[in-house]
Amino acid sequence: MKPKPRPVRAHENASPPSGLSRRRFVRRTLLSLATVPFALSTADWLKAKGGRFFTDREALALDALCDRIIPTDQYPGAAWAGVVEFIDRKLEGYHRRHQNLYRSALATLNEACLNIHKKPVTGLTEAQRDELLHQLENGEFPAMGWKKSGQKQFFDRLVDDTMQGFYGGPRHGGNRDAVSWRMLGLPEPPVRSRRPANGPSARKVTGA
Amino acid sequence: MSNRHVNVVIIGSGAGGGIVAKELAQAGLSVVLFERGRWQTPAEERKDDLRNQRTIALGAAYGPDEVRNPRVFVDPNGQAHIVSSADWNYNNNAACVGGGTVTYGAMAWRFMEQDFRMKSLYGVPEGSTLDDWPVSYQDLEPFYEKAELELGVSGDVSGDPFKGPRQRPLPMPPLPDSLETQTLKPAAARLGWHPFYIPMLRNTVPYNGRQACMRCRWCCGFACECDAKSGTQNTVIPTALATKLCELRTECIASQILLDSQGRACGVEYFDGSDHRQVQTADLVVVSCGATESARLLLNSRSAAFPTGIGNRFDWVGRNLQGHAYNGAVGLFDHDVYDDLGPGAEVAVCDFNHGNPGLVGGGMLANEFIRLPYQFINIRPPGVPRWGQAHKDFMQKWFRRSIVVMGPSQEIPIFDARVQVDPKLKDHWGIPVVRLSGTSHPHNLELSKFAADKAGLWMKEAGAIEIIRRQKTQNSLSGGQHQAGTCRMGNDPKTSVVDRYCRVHDVNNLFVIDASVHVTNGGFNPVLTIMAIAYHAANYIKGNWRGGGFR
Repeated sequence: MKPKPRPVRAHENASPPSGLSRRRFVRRTLLSLATVPFALSTADWLKAKGGRFFTDREALALDALCDRIIPTDQYPGAAWAGVVEFIDRKLEGYHRRHQNLYRSALATLNEACLNIHKKPVTGLTEAQRDELLHQLENGEFPAMGWKKSGQKQFFDRLVDDTMQGFYGGPRHGGNRDAVSWRMLGLPEPPVRSRRPANGPSARKVTGA
Repeated sequence: MSNRHVNVVIIGSGAGGGIVAKELAQAGLSVVLFERGRWQTPAEERKDDLRNQRTIALGAAYGPDEVRNPRVFVDPNGQAHIVSSADWNYNNNAACVGGGTVTYGAMAWRFMEQDFRMKSLYGVPEGSTLDDWPVSYQDLEPFYEKAELELGVSGDVSGDPFKGPRQRPLPMPPLPDSLETQTLKPAAARLGWHPFYIPMLRNTVPYNGRQACMRCRWCCGFACECDAKSGTQNTVIPTALATKLCELRTECIASQILLDSQGRACGVEYFDGSDHRQVQTADLVVVSCGATESARLLLNSRSAAFPTGIGNRFDWVGRNLQGHAYNGAVGLFDHDVYDDLGPGAEVAVCDFNHGNPGLVGGGMLANEFIRLPYQFINIRPPGVPRWGQAHKDFMQKWFRRSIVVMGPSQEIPIFDARVQVDPKLKDHWGIPVVRLSGTSHPHNLELSKFAADKAGLWMKEAGAIEIIRRQKTQNSLSGGQHQAGTCRMGNDPKTSVVDRYCRVHDVNNLFVIDASVHVTNGGFNPVLTIMAIAYHAANYIKGNWRGGGFR
């Protein structure tokens, strides 16, 4: 049996403020839902934390891409789960060697999107972001001087890091509230003491 | 300050070294046990989905250090790459007290009688170095039993008609059936196969002062939180230390074995935790570093008598590197088969280890260890994309409705799958590093296909609505956790490195005691065989020890 989806956040189930027509309320709610990932996770994190690797613009662009790799359905997607924070921590720690890969790829993507769509990555529709990711996956993104192999390398890294951040353990900054584990029906915290077990036992050996 | 002379120095505290340390210390010999890693407790290496022995997304949690210990890996195109312990091509085994036994899945297989005489049974396939062992199953049987009792093995192999004869049952019963076992066991029986409970180095009841498994989902690849998994670090090594005759020296890396003027081993040169070069002299030297590092240490121990490395007079050190390709199938079901009960792997069949028409050997098949979500992301049927809503749908729909049946197919060894020392690259201490190169025998691909076929049949009978084959498709080098074969055991010094008691042919007080000596690696996880060999060799050493000297 799957657990219920997480309860919606406070602002999502607010009652219609007086003075709004039903239609305007619905439209406004839909608009705010569309930006839920930004509003709930990455933007808050950007406000709260100093000493990050990503600039605000990079973080929001990454947020927009990750959230198409693992989109929101009845369960939150990658952005809500804190995948951008996960990747940032990784680039500041274990994967410093990938800093340039992300930095130059995000810069190239933004610039190209401004040329093609007259909008940055964050301004693209879901369908446009999906198309962009498909192009990267096939090494066919139209950006001058960005090799097929380089595009694929970035795409592979991005997808794997997003999966790690969403499905891995929450301790590294992603998988907020163990959201993916709940989605998969894994008890969290895990069921303990099916057998007598209360943490590491003393290293006592009676002799072999 | 120099180190006090001891009877025995053992390099490596894994499955082999830990047991030899305990046996010899209990026999009254003074022992120094070296380990390049450190004690790692489950409390400090918390259950990390992204950083463990099986998932190296955030590094190799159980060592060795990524920066200080590079290796060179030569790919099938001949291109050399410098790799770290966080690359799969490094073919890592853990570097910590207990070695691979801290984090292994802990399957405790005895090889079958046939596994020790592959050449006699099958001949020598073209291009291979297939051979018989100089010891038989019967020679090792008492030592298998000793390992099962002293370290602690659970399971029930009474339903396996293919096993070699045994004197005693396993000391602990299997765990109660999981949903997967309830699904798979009757299905195998309906096919006329012989399913039974996998022997496991894991407490299912309190045993030897440690408690029973609590069935969590962080098992294979992780140090056990409740110490129910039996490794050398929580059994024989503490026993060895309790004798006060064995000293464990951690974070020490051996650079070479030292020889005296008569050509006998007289000790080891090593670098301690502060990177100081030191020497430890001993009457007897035992090398138990695993198949890649043991070969490296022998090859790096050069002298006038052994210009290409100790024991390497006929160029057999480092040859015949073999591990296991894992083959099988994933079955997707229309109902939940996941019950969140670890360790997961419970039921196996040995119907396909031998006697398969047209094939040399085969392997056992078993259900896999419990999967964590990140490990599941690429278990996708063809057509399911890697990302997007369709991938998320796949995860939600199938994570709890899938079973994986896999098994190690016995590899056909080849001479050119090998460990060398790199002519240029050196590690942090200036010691030449391991250079891995070669491929594997083409027959391994046929074995892979066969195993995937059988696993698919099993899945179908169990009611899977979709089956995804998992099989080896490239002749790539095989090593990894099951690495073996690089210091082959044999009677002929021209075609082997050590004798039947693991003693290097040319040096009568130097032993290699780990999976390096395996002539072939069975269609099974090799650890219990490493342990049996260790007891067997230690028994020989004890029997030939003459007060303060060897023979």
